[in-house]
Amino acid sequence: MRNRIWLAAAALAAGVAIAPASAADVKIGAIYPLSGNAANAGRSALAAVQLAVDIINNPHPDLATLPSVGPGGLSNLGGAKIVLIAADHQGNPAEGQSQTLRLITQEKVAAMLGVYQSNVAFTATATAERYGVPFIVGDSVAANITGRGFKWTFRTTPIASDFAANYMQFLADMKQAGHKVDSVAIVNENTDYGTSVGGTVLAQAKAHGINVVAQIPYSANATDVTAQVLQLKSKNPDVVVFISYTADAILYMKTMKNLDYMPQMVIADDAGFSDPTFVPSVGNLAQGLMNRSTWAVGEPGSVTYKINELFKAKTGRELDDTSARSMQAMFVLADAINRAGSTEPAKIQKALQETDLKPDQLIMGFSGVKFDQTGQNTLAATYLIQLQGKDYVPVWPAKSARAPLRWPMTGWK
Amino acid sequence: MILLQAAVSGLLLGAVYALFSSGLTLIWGMMNFINFAHGEFVMLGMYVALVVTWGELGPAVYAPAAAVVLFGLGVIVYAGLIRHVMRGPMLSQILSTFGLALLLRYSAFYVFKSDFRTLPDSSLSSTIDLGGIYLSKAQLLAGVVAALLALGMHVLLTRTPLGSRMLAVAEDRSAAMLMGIRPDRMQALAWGLSAASAGIAGALMAIAYPFSPSVGETFVLTAFVVVSLGGFGSVPGAMIAGLTVGLVEALAGYLIGPIYKDIVVYGLFVAVLWIRPQGLLGTL
Repeated sequence: MRNRIWLAAAALAAGVAIAPASAADVKIGAIYPLSGNAANAGRSALAAVQLAVDIINNPHPDLATLPSVGPGGLSNLGGAKIVLIAADHQGNPAEGQSQTLRLITQEKVAAMLGVYQSNVAFTATATAERYGVPFIVGDSVAANITGRGFKWTFRTTPIASDFAANYMQFLADMKQAGHKVDSVAIVNENTDYGTSVGGTVLAQAKAHGINVVAQIPYSANATDVTAQVLQLKSKNPDVVVFISYTADAILYMKTMKNLDYMPQMVIADDAGFSDPTFVPSVGNLAQGLMNRSTWAVGEPGSVTYKINELFKAKTGRELDDTSARSMQAMFVLADAINRAGSTEPAKIQKALQETDLKPDQLIMGFSGVKFDQTGQNTLAATYLIQLQGKDYVPVWPAKSARAPLRWPMTGWK
Repeated sequence: MILLQAAVSGLLLGAVYALFSSGLTLIWGMMNFINFAHGEFVMLGMYVALVVTWGELGPAVYAPAAAVVLFGLGVIVYAGLIRHVMRGPMLSQILSTFGLALLLRYSAFYVFKSDFRTLPDSSLSSTIDLGGIYLSKAQLLAGVVAALLALGMHVLLTRTPLGSRMLAVAEDRSAAMLMGIRPDRMQALAWGLSAASAGIAGALMAIAYPFSPSVGETFVLTAFVVVSLGGFGSVPGAMIAGLTVGLVEALAGYLIGPIYKDIVVYGLFVAVLWIRPQGLLGTL
């Protein structure tokens, strides 16, 4: 009994001793799927966000082209450090809501960041809106996360309509180059992410006069995708657009090989196809597959190259597009907090609204960061990359290509 | 032609379902005990296969290695946990395996990280081409093993003295004890066999499926459906139910659409249980 009292006293003293030291810090809440099906992507994104925080908190003159990076700490807040408080939403919208609530009301974070799955982003941003805390969405792309009249949600990433427009432009270019692109099938997972991107691609394809022979929604938790692949086989489209998470993306590639089905070209919508485990797992079955990315490692010596090296040193693997977009969101948020010179949510909100970053201040291939009144970044853009050997290389549009495009894809052959 | 392929693929998938469900139904049959950690046993079987590949050993070793490791784990789980919670109320029995499931899942996260893994290509990862109908070798093997396991367990339980002793313990623990049977040994054996069959299932499925530590939760629901459809405790029932679910899933997915296949499967499931609450081959 006496021991227990001593322990309690010691714990209390430790708590008191730590508390004052953290008073000047800027607390930021980050929610990602750290368990469940998307845990891998979520943990990778969190590691990238944590790296951004480390880069901001410590002196990094070599990366000083990035806003609020260089001196170590936020200069307009007396060198205050950012403290990241992470929480696991398990890919569950209800959990996303309650974790956001907890971070805001109990941890008293100045701003929030996340989220990966779009359906979780819906509930989490709604909670932040109610409490008047800025929420910056780095990676979730369902169209209507912005545009609900929210004043506290800001999104840096390009969204479904940006991607869909890019895909259609790409297909038009391919047709002009003499390739057969007459019919398209869309295969999408059936939560907010896949449904919204799939719907947007469908609408734009119709607008461009491309024949969509099938739209196949499915559950990303599926343990078997034979039926989906057989439907594709019977409809036989020239191009298949996949909107999938990780396990299902790998399963599609394996099943397509098992059933000997390969279209002229697969366009993969990032997510699972950019998961760091996709290429090591089934890269040898998916040669020539097209994917999208706003992230490229760049030439040795460039800012993106150095950041990729830091990420590799920290996690042992390359920075991927999804994680890099989360990281970019952290830099944008830090820049706004620094310009606000305050941790007051309203001041951070105002600074976010005034954000105007140029391409050379970013790690991503956006044309800039500038939010419209819905909170959506109007300067977001993407390019297309192709799996050639063990790497995705930028191949489209021609001005950012680093290797010639190969058509058709060769898959496992 | 494609319809035939859908049916064949469905049956093969059903064989895999039957394989990972048979261990679950065994525990129920012998102990009237529901094991929520069954999916995690399957998951661990997958990781045993992965560890085997690190030792540069071929696919012939996957299943035996998983069987041995999981048999040991099953016995340990029984001796360390189940034996004790059996004395408690029904609810804590059920929730103890739920706790075990989470313990195993998050331990696997700690040891193996959250990355999705796949096994390297081997002689089993290819397909057989039967004039345009493709059969996955891994699934075919899973089907054969599932049938052998179901047969073996059925023979063990109904035709051998050991099986009779196991069933006697399930029937009436204290009466069996009075007859000179040691119930702990029988039940530890049942847990070992059940875990071993889950391990074999995992090791064979790992050839075809990408997996991460949370993969168990995706499979365990199907396992419960298969087990209750086939009849709790009936290994041949699990076999028939597994094939049925796989076939219905594939045909509904192809003919109606993948998004609707679960509606058809679970609709059928509810309908069968409405007519036969004990399941296809179960006894009341």
